[in-house]
Amino acid sequence: MATGERNTTRADTVPDDQVLVRVENVVKHFPVKAGGFVKHTVGQVHAVDDVSLIIERGKTLGLVGETGSGKSTLARCVAGLIPVTSGKVTLSGTEITKLSRRAMRPLRREVQMIFQDPYSSLNPRRRVGAIIGDPFSIHKTATGNERKRQVQELMERVGLNPEHFNRFPSEFSGGQRQRIGVARALALRPKLIIADEPVSALDVSIQAQILNLLGDLQSEFGLTYLFIAHDLEVVRHVSDKVAVMYLGRVGEAAPAEELYDRPRHPYTVALLSAAPAADPDSVLARQRIILTGDVPSPIDPPAGCRFHPRCPKAQEICGRVEPPLVPDNAPGADDVTGPAADAVPGGWAHVTACHFPVVPGEELASAGTAKGELV
Amino acid sequence: MTLLEVKDLNVSFPSADGVVRAVRGVSFDVEPGQTLGVVGESGSGKTVLTQTLLGLTPGAEVSGTAEFEGIDLLSLSDDEMRHVRGERISVIFQDPLTSLHPLYKIGWQVGEMIRAHDKSVSKKDVLKMVGIPKPESRVNDYPHQFSGGMRQRAMIAMALALEPKLIIADEPTTALDATVQAQILDLLLRLQQDLGTALIMITHDLGVIADIADEVMVMYAGRAAEKAPKRDIFYAAHHPYTKGLLESIPSSKAAGGRLKPIPGSPPSLINLPSGCKFHPRCGYVFDKCLTDEPVLHPVAESGLHTSACWLPANAAGMSAEAEKLREQVVAAERGQEAAEVAASAFAQLGVSAPDAGGESATETTSDNEGSVA
Repeated sequence: MATGERNTTRADTVPDDQVLVRVENVVKHFPVKAGGFVKHTVGQVHAVDDVSLIIERGKTLGLVGETGSGKSTLARCVAGLIPVTSGKVTLSGTEITKLSRRAMRPLRREVQMIFQDPYSSLNPRRRVGAIIGDPFSIHKTATGNERKRQVQELMERVGLNPEHFNRFPSEFSGGQRQRIGVARALALRPKLIIADEPVSALDVSIQAQILNLLGDLQSEFGLTYLFIAHDLEVVRHVSDKVAVMYLGRVGEAAPAEELYDRPRHPYTVALLSAAPAADPDSVLARQRIILTGDVPSPIDPPAGCRFHPRCPKAQEICGRVEPPLVPDNAPGADDVTGPAADAVPGGWAHVTACHFPVVPGEELASAGTAKGELV
Repeated sequence: MTLLEVKDLNVSFPSADGVVRAVRGVSFDVEPGQTLGVVGESGSGKTVLTQTLLGLTPGAEVSGTAEFEGIDLLSLSDDEMRHVRGERISVIFQDPLTSLHPLYKIGWQVGEMIRAHDKSVSKKDVLKMVGIPKPESRVNDYPHQFSGGMRQRAMIAMALALEPKLIIADEPTTALDATVQAQILDLLLRLQQDLGTALIMITHDLGVIADIADEVMVMYAGRAAEKAPKRDIFYAAHHPYTKGLLESIPSSKAAGGRLKPIPGSPPSLINLPSGCKFHPRCGYVFDKCLTDEPVLHPVAESGLHTSACWLPANAAGMSAEAEKLREQVVAAERGQEAAEVAASAFAQLGVSAPDAGGESATETTSDNEGSVA
């Protein structure tokens, strides 16, 4: 299937009118404060550092990374919920990073979020009808009976019983609550939905229900998703393109099948090998790469390539020079690599930021893989 | 000799709304040095099951027996239990941040375990064994100075300090990132091999089970739905719940297509359905399922693979023949009432329930094509 897909997608730049979101060199630092009454800044958390990407209309961009990789911060920057330190976010041609709060308001209808925890993201003291109806009141698009009608229509669409309009969130199960979250996000018919770990708090059988629902809604309403998750199989399932983040930067990005079939960045390779698959035979067959240590602190990220202290392939240059995110030029890569202009995460090119990318078929044997030598 | 032999364990909690029947008639064995994986969704009773063994469920009504090295754990007094817990059976909990006391140094907390049991074990050696670098200085750190993975290592150090015969690990890697999870699982496996410890691994993640377990018990609504050696669970699942769990996981095989979720959600443990507790969500429900609750019985010649489902023993696995067999049974045995149950469950998913005859088969294929295109 992968080959077939490669042929059809061989191509090419994403035309400008197909790009819904363009993120250019976005940087987000949070100050670290210390002191008693008089606080002073003692450092910066480099949550997102110089990230560029595009999200194509009607497609899903998956964002993967571990805790502290900056994926949620990036999502909040794209949603305009927090100001960026520098860089630009453009939504359908409008640069939202420059807008005032007032000017931003109508644009907020176009971007909605679904959050991870269906327990804490719904106000326990408000009725479901009111929660889902809020967007209509805030943006003054429907009132009274019309509002109620629309809310019930939404509830029905996401698989909730519209008669449960007057119930409280506590009367619903986890999966149903996430459906409430989806209904609320869908209320204003947004163009972009940012789903931040929407299924990681759910049991697997329920997770599949929600993933199917999100898929159906995407084809029905032509939605664009920015889908954040740490579960690689979930991301593979829903995404057209995938970007892998590590410590505030994109390490590798490619169309989904391409990334999973031929990962180039040693971090992606390690991440893929670390994810346990529900298939005992493949576990035995696979060489698992155990990375040493933890993700370093984003307050003081390593110099050069940020992955080099944990990288099995690291050499001297990796500690000095930060590798640029460049299109894949390995043998056989021409199939998918479009013109250099499209070499941005979310485009059709396979881009990797690594001095010594993994060659397909290469065994990533290293100090890190030696069992029993955990540092 | 069997290390732990649990027989007909029942645990219930009285509550204002009624009796919560958390565990109902569960039996299992753990052999020395082996790993039993216990898998189930929230509320399936997997955590209560193991906490009861250690006397950690105060207020619960417990019946049954749990023989560990010849003594019945359920009949021990608190004092006697204290000598078993930590020394011969220890626990690793899910969230290392809340399981460690924030105001005490790591070294003190690891040492507390050793002091309580009068053993001359060096806490530095223990920390070194689990791969904590520079244990001489790290013993003086507080939990907040440790990363998530390091905290879980410290928890494992505490669990292993006294070289217990059995470790109960309750979702030990759920709160960790994938690369750190791989480190921790690797560490657990290695230490288990070195020390010959038996392990009960409780998790909702079938990937972890595939990686680490020898035998697997699938729990649903307080009961064992299926119990078998690992490969049988993954490649010859008999219980429709096990099958449903396996099918709801996104995998490379089905990338981009539609997933096959289990309809509905798990039942309330206060108000359990009649008959088989899985019947309201089951695609193969027939009349007997509504009234009679099946118990674990062998479904393979080896006798090791057991399932609590009324479907015939040879209807196991994902093969087309097995599916055909299941459909035949359903066609022959399903009456009006069961048909309604199945229809209402699957209406919510927007798909039709698996049914007899060619009609549904064509429907599923056209559905697949539609979503791929």
